Parts: sequence; structure tokens; C-alpha cells
Amino acid sequence: MISFKINGKTAKVDVDPNTPLLWVIRDHLHLTGTKYGCGISQCGACTVHVDGSAVRSCVTPVSTVSGKQITTIEGLAETALGKTVQTAWQEVDVPQCGYCQSGQIMAATALLKDNPHPSDAQITAAMDGNLCRCGTYNRIRSAIQKAAEQLGEAK
Amino acid sequence: MKTETVQDESRRNFLKDGAVLMGGLVIGFYLPLKSGRAYAADAQPKPVYPPNAFIHIAPDNSITIIVNKSEMGQGVYTSLPMLIAEELEADWSRIRVESAPVAAVYNHTGFGMQLTGGSSSVPSSWEQMRRVGAMGRILLIRAAAQQWGVPESECHAENSQVIHAKSGNRSSYGAVADAAARLPLPDSVPLKEPKDFKIIGKPVKRLDTPEKINGTAQFGLDVYLPDVLTVLVARSPVFGGKVKRFDAAEARKQRGVQGIYQVPTGIAVAATGFWPAKTARDLLKIEWDEGPGAALSTPKMRAEYLELAKKPGAVARKDGDIAQGFKQAHKSISAEYEVPYLAHATMEVLNVVVDLKPDHCTIWTGTQAQTMDRNMAAKTAGLKPEQVEIHTMFLGGGFGRRANPRSDFVHEAVQVAKVIGKPVKVVWTREDDMRGGNYRPMWADHIEAAIAKDGRPLAWKHTIVGQSIVADTPMEAMLTKNGIDATSVEGAATVPYLIPNLQVELHSPKNAVPVQWWRSVGHSHTAFVVETMIDELANLAGKDPVAYRLDILPAASRYRGTLQLAAEKSGWGKTKLPAGHAYGVAVHKSFESYVAQVAEVSLESGKIRVHRVVAAVDCGMVVNPDGVQQQVEGAIVYGLSAALHGAITLENGRVVQSNFDKYTPLRMSEMPQVEVHIVASNEHPSGIGEPGTPPIAPAVANAVFALTGKRLRRMPFDQENLA
Repeated sequence: MISFKINGKTAKVDVDPNTPLLWVIRDHLHLTGTKYGCGISQCGACTVHVDGSAVRSCVTPVSTVSGKQITTIEGLAETALGKTVQTAWQEVDVPQCGYCQSGQIMAATALLKDNPHPSDAQITAAMDGNLCRCGTYNRIRSAIQKAAEQLGEAK
Repeated sequence: MKTETVQDESRRNFLKDGAVLMGGLVIGFYLPLKSGRAYAADAQPKPVYPPNAFIHIAPDNSITIIVNKSEMGQGVYTSLPMLIAEELEADWSRIRVESAPVAAVYNHTGFGMQLTGGSSSVPSSWEQMRRVGAMGRILLIRAAAQQWGVPESECHAENSQVIHAKSGNRSSYGAVADAAARLPLPDSVPLKEPKDFKIIGKPVKRLDTPEKINGTAQFGLDVYLPDVLTVLVARSPVFGGKVKRFDAAEARKQRGVQGIYQVPTGIAVAATGFWPAKTARDLLKIEWDEGPGAALSTPKMRAEYLELAKKPGAVARKDGDIAQGFKQAHKSISAEYEVPYLAHATMEVLNVVVDLKPDHCTIWTGTQAQTMDRNMAAKTAGLKPEQVEIHTMFLGGGFGRRANPRSDFVHEAVQVAKVIGKPVKVVWTREDDMRGGNYRPMWADHIEAAIAKDGRPLAWKHTIVGQSIVADTPMEAMLTKNGIDATSVEGAATVPYLIPNLQVELHSPKNAVPVQWWRSVGHSHTAFVVETMIDELANLAGKDPVAYRLDILPAASRYRGTLQLAAEKSGWGKTKLPAGHAYGVAVHKSFESYVAQVAEVSLESGKIRVHRVVAAVDCGMVVNPDGVQQQVEGAIVYGLSAALHGAITLENGRVVQSNFDKYTPLRMSEMPQVEVHIVASNEHPSGIGEPGTPPIAPAVANAVFALTGKRLRRMPFDQENLA
């Protein structure tokens, strides 16, 4: 039995310890906002926060998160920062098909947590691992900049 | 005011049977109408659209629009409701959306089946959805007027309310919806003039954004139902291969495995979830009878295609006399072009949930082609089409892949459900998806062209080689004439330039690789070939690429407006670019829309860097300008991914690429700035999902030529020797 906290609630799962966290989140906990895109850490659709850091859940064995705090897109609005990022995403109207956007938002939130005023180059570096086939990159950048502005005003 | 008169007995019958729908429950939308056939094909009267098949007004005044097109990112869950809401005079803030079930009333107005594709959702729904909205408004006004005992002509509607100004009476739509639903449909349905539009033409936020940013949007892969087994299928590594024998002993021992079955497409592993199914599948030992597909290798195919491109093919267009034209040539040039197979690589892998019962089949999936999929599912399950129900989920990208003319993924999933005898969720891994075929075909082209003394084109011979995407599919009869698949030559046989002697020929070789439409279809390669060759002719003539194109485009052509706008907004010929930067231009029409793009390019460490793209678009009247912006931007990214990186190649019949490590879409670090300028127009709306893709590859290739003097005639671009 492996136990961890996810979006503030305790989860206990009885699975092969090598099972990627992604499939525990989806197939066992039915939190479907976290997406499968590649399975090899190339696209970022599966990005979640483990103890506050952005992690590719598709290559993270569930055994390695035992006792840790996990946040998925479903729990993101619980924090002021997460809410700010989601609001910026809404105002810029970022998504098209939307499939990659949970991962994009999780990656962006982790960036802004560590660096509330990222430069263009820092945004690119933090987001380059997140693919979007619909081509929303410029809007993603605008939304991150907008969220950063709002974080600045809130201080 | 334009008046449309629509009369059809079936409409009245529908209303009678379904009268309570408008105000009451959302059940009952499956009522069949007799107008399900393709009226385009058999010249039947236009199908009619009872408002209650598309509009559900609840007593609390909320309005649900049932959308008969699939939302795959192109914004159709916003643009079609805008059309209805405009004429319905609806309160936009209370609009929500549901996906339509499969029923004839939801057929595409042109295709005669339920299908989302061809950049046609807005153009084909433009009148239909406005008429639906207008019918609703008329009935709501009529119902309120009758309740108040006042003349209908004294009432008007706004913001989901019927208003009688004289008496000050007001009624919410919710309050009169039931009564309105009991009225016969109006005979005359006047539509607004464009100048009176309040919603159409204004930038509107997408209705699906809230659920796409909080994780609640439900894609096919997100369907979790009790007692459904997750199934992964081990398919042949070679197209057309069959299982010879297999050993599942080790795989069966894996925790969570519920069964291993031979199915028509391979070996199906059923398990309690994705991970146990995948780990078990990895342990299968399968011997394949590979068949002739094993002989396919990209280098050999390329050589064969290029050889074929030199031989006479089926004639797709013939103007003047090319032999004569070349005889009179001042200067001439010839070139070979090649583009590879391309995977759609939607972010959401293919997946289908099937619950097959003896007398019913329920399917949950992201599909662009409900009618074809339903018919294939029925045939496979031995059911009648009306016994198959499809729930269309959000599509995590479509780009054409989810409108398979063979219904490949749905067909297989129903076969699997039939063999296993339990509800199944068939999931493709990224590797399965990328190696699963149904690619944009690889193409080879040969062009010989000549100019006259004044620099204008004199002769043009273009030979195209590539598989037909509709051969041996239900679409073949519709799209192939005299051996020419229209989608193979679109953009080439339709060259707009004034060229007196012009011939376009086609070879359509067959092989085991399944091929399919891919965002912008034939245009994805013909625009590259034509627009880079035109650039070569401009250079040969010693003319500026924009001026040259304007000189040889017909006077009244809509190409001109976009080309001029893109040139103006980019500062073509005026802006002083930074050292080491250059502009390239291309203009192309597809799906009745015209797009010109100017790309600003430099070399960074010897590799192509696209800094900025200025696009000008003429897509007729615009429904949602913000949606146009999104689609053109996305289409550029899609085309740029192909131009710079995309290739599916074969070695001994096996697809070399399997995931995003070797098949690499554009990432943020490569993303150019994109400006989209819309040409003001009163023309009928035309497509916007695809037309932004074709011009980007030639615009970039032409910029690279301006920068380096080197011509790029093969995609993805060879970037090794540019510096």
C-alpha cells in the first residue's frame, strides 16, 4: 500500500510500485485533468506538482511519491497563485483543443512560484518541455506575463 | 431583410412529436427526420431544422445549444452558438453547449452525414444555424404575444426576453419556451442583415475555456465507467501484417491482466488499467506474417516516386500547349520537390470506449465522423445503425485524423468488444498512435517552367506523385473523377497565376501505408511546390516576389487583397530588417479562403530561425475574429512543425519514429511572433481551420533563399548546409 496526499486528501493505493504516478492519478483516483501524451517525458501533458515542484507524472514511479504532497490541476485553484494563473489563462483565452493545457498551467504555476517575474527567456526555458499541437505558445506566454503582472500588483 | 421560406411536412411532424423539448427535458433528441440523405447528391429539398433539435431553453432561462460539429480546438462550440444566439436574440452569458448525438437532423448540410472537416463548419452552418435561431425567436415572440393578447408585430426580442414596449410587458424566454414549443413552425424565417449583427463579427471568448483550464473538460480518454476493461492492442509492426502465432504465457502472469485475445488487428491485452495492460503487452511474443508491406523503405520509395514524376500521368489540368510554350521560352527552369509522410500526432492519443450489448452499442470517443463511425460500428456488431449511439467527447486535437474514412479506430474497438464480450476502453499508446499509419501521404513533384522575355510565365508543367487518400474508401466516388483524386491536385491544378500554357499531371501509386487527410490536405504540399517555384520565376525574371505575383494574378482576384495586406503590414520592401534577416512571401487559397504570409527568417547557429510571421486572411465574413486569430496562429505552428522537423519514414516496412523525441512538433523556443490581419469582406464565410497552414513552408523557404541564395525543395528542410 502506497500512501500520499493529493489535493489535500490522503490517497492509499495498492498497485505495482513501478506504476507511473500518472496512471495512479487517472486509472485509480479518476482525476482526469492530468493527461497522457507521450509516456516518456517529452510533452509535459502529465505535469503535476510534487511537494510544489513540477514533475512529469508519466515517468514518476508511484513508489517515489510515498508520503509526499501532490497537486493536480483539480486542486490548483486552492492556492492564490494557482487561481491567478488560471484567471490569466481565462482572460487570454489560451486553450484550443485544451488537451495539453492542464500540463501547461501546472508548469507555468511552478515557474511563477519560484520566479514571480520571469523574463522571456526564463518563460521559454521553463515551458519548452510542454508541447502544444494547436500552437497556443504565444498565448501561453501572454498569460504567464499577465499572471506575473497581477502577482506584482497583489504585493 | 432576406426572407427564407421553409416548408416541410416532416418538420411539423417532428414538432408535434417533440413539442415538449423546447421547454422541457433534453431527452427525445433521437427522433428521426426523413431528410437525412445528402441533398447535395440527390437534389432533395434542403433538410429543415426544427429549433428544438439545436436549442433547449430551460425554465431558468439558460439556453443549451446542441452542436452537431466536433470541438477539436477550432472553436466550433463557440462559433456555431454565436450564429444561433445572434438570430435568437439570446443572452450570451446564459449559453451552454452539448454535443449532438448521431441523427440525420445533425448531418452536415453539404456532406449529407455528420462530419467535421474540410474547414467547413462555419461556412456550411452559416445559414442553417442562423435560421434555427431565427425560428426560435419568432416562436418565442409569438407565444408571448398570444399570452398577452397583443399583435406579434408590436413585440420584439432582446437578451433572452420578449418585450411589448407599448404595455411594458416583458417575458423571459424560459417563461414562454413551453408555449413556444407547442406552436407550429413559422413559414417565413427572415434573417438579419450583416449590419445589424450584435454578436457575429465581434471577438467572443470561447465557451469551452473554463472547463479546459480547471481539468474538468472530458476528452475520450477521460471516460471512466464501472467495469470497463482497459485494452491495448499489439498491432503488426508492418502495415498489412497478420498474426502468425503468439505466446502470451508471460504476459498473462502480470498483475491486473484480465485476458489476452486474438482480434483482427492483432493481440488484445485486457487489464484493470493502462499500466498493467502495457506491461503485459510488452511481454507478448508474437510472430507476424508481415506480407508485402515489409519491403517498404523510404529511400527506395523516394527514388521510385522521383522516377515516376518524370513520366506522363493522368491530366488534371491542361491550358494552351506546353510544348509550344517551352519552345518560345526566354528562360526555363526545372526542379524536383519532396515531402514525407506525416503523422497528425494529436496530443490526445486515439481511444474508444465501447459498451456492446446484444441489441445496442454505446460508444464514447472523440470523432470527427459520427455517421461513418456509427455505420461501421453497426456493420461490425451486426446491429442496425439506429442501435448504435455515439457520445462525442472533446477531441484532444483532430487535424483530420479523427475523421477516418475507414473508421479505423472505432472499427477495431468494436471488434475488440465483440471478441472480449465486456465493455472495453481501447487506448493507443503514443507509439501505437504514431506508428498507426493514416498519414499525410508522401509526395514527389516535378516542375518545369519557363518565362517570356518580359519575365511573365509562359509554360508550366507540374507532375505530382503520391497516394490517393480516398482510394478504396467510401469517399472515392465523391472525390475522384477520371482517375484524379481532387485532393491530390488541389492547389496545383488550381494555380491562379496567368500562365498561358499549363499542364498538371498526377500519378497515384498504391502501397500498404494507410493515408488520410491532414490539416489542409493536398494544399499542405502543393502550396509549398507552387509558391516556391513562383518565387524562382520571380528571381529568374529579376523581379520583386510580391510585385511579380501581383503582376501575374488576375485583376479581380481575391489573392491580391491578402498579398497586398500582408506586404503592407510587414513593411515589405520598406522595413529595414536587422542584418542577417530576410523576408519571404507566399499566398495560397484553400477551403475558399485566401491567406498570404510574410516570414522573417535568420540563421542561428546555421539553423533556420523564424522570428515573425505576418499573415493576411480573407475568409469572407468573420464570425469570431479571435477564433480566426487562434486558427491562423495554430495553422502556422502546424505547418512550421512540418517544414522544420516533421517526417515519418520507413525501414523494412517499419515506421522509424515512435514518439515526440524523434517526431518533434514546434516547441515554444521556436515559436515566431504571429500577426493576423483580416481583410474586410462581405463574401460568404469560408474556411479558417486549415488555410493558414499551406503558405508557411513556402514563405519560410523563400525567405531562406533571399537570405542564403539556397533553394529548399524538400521538407522537412535540410538545415545542415545553409550557413
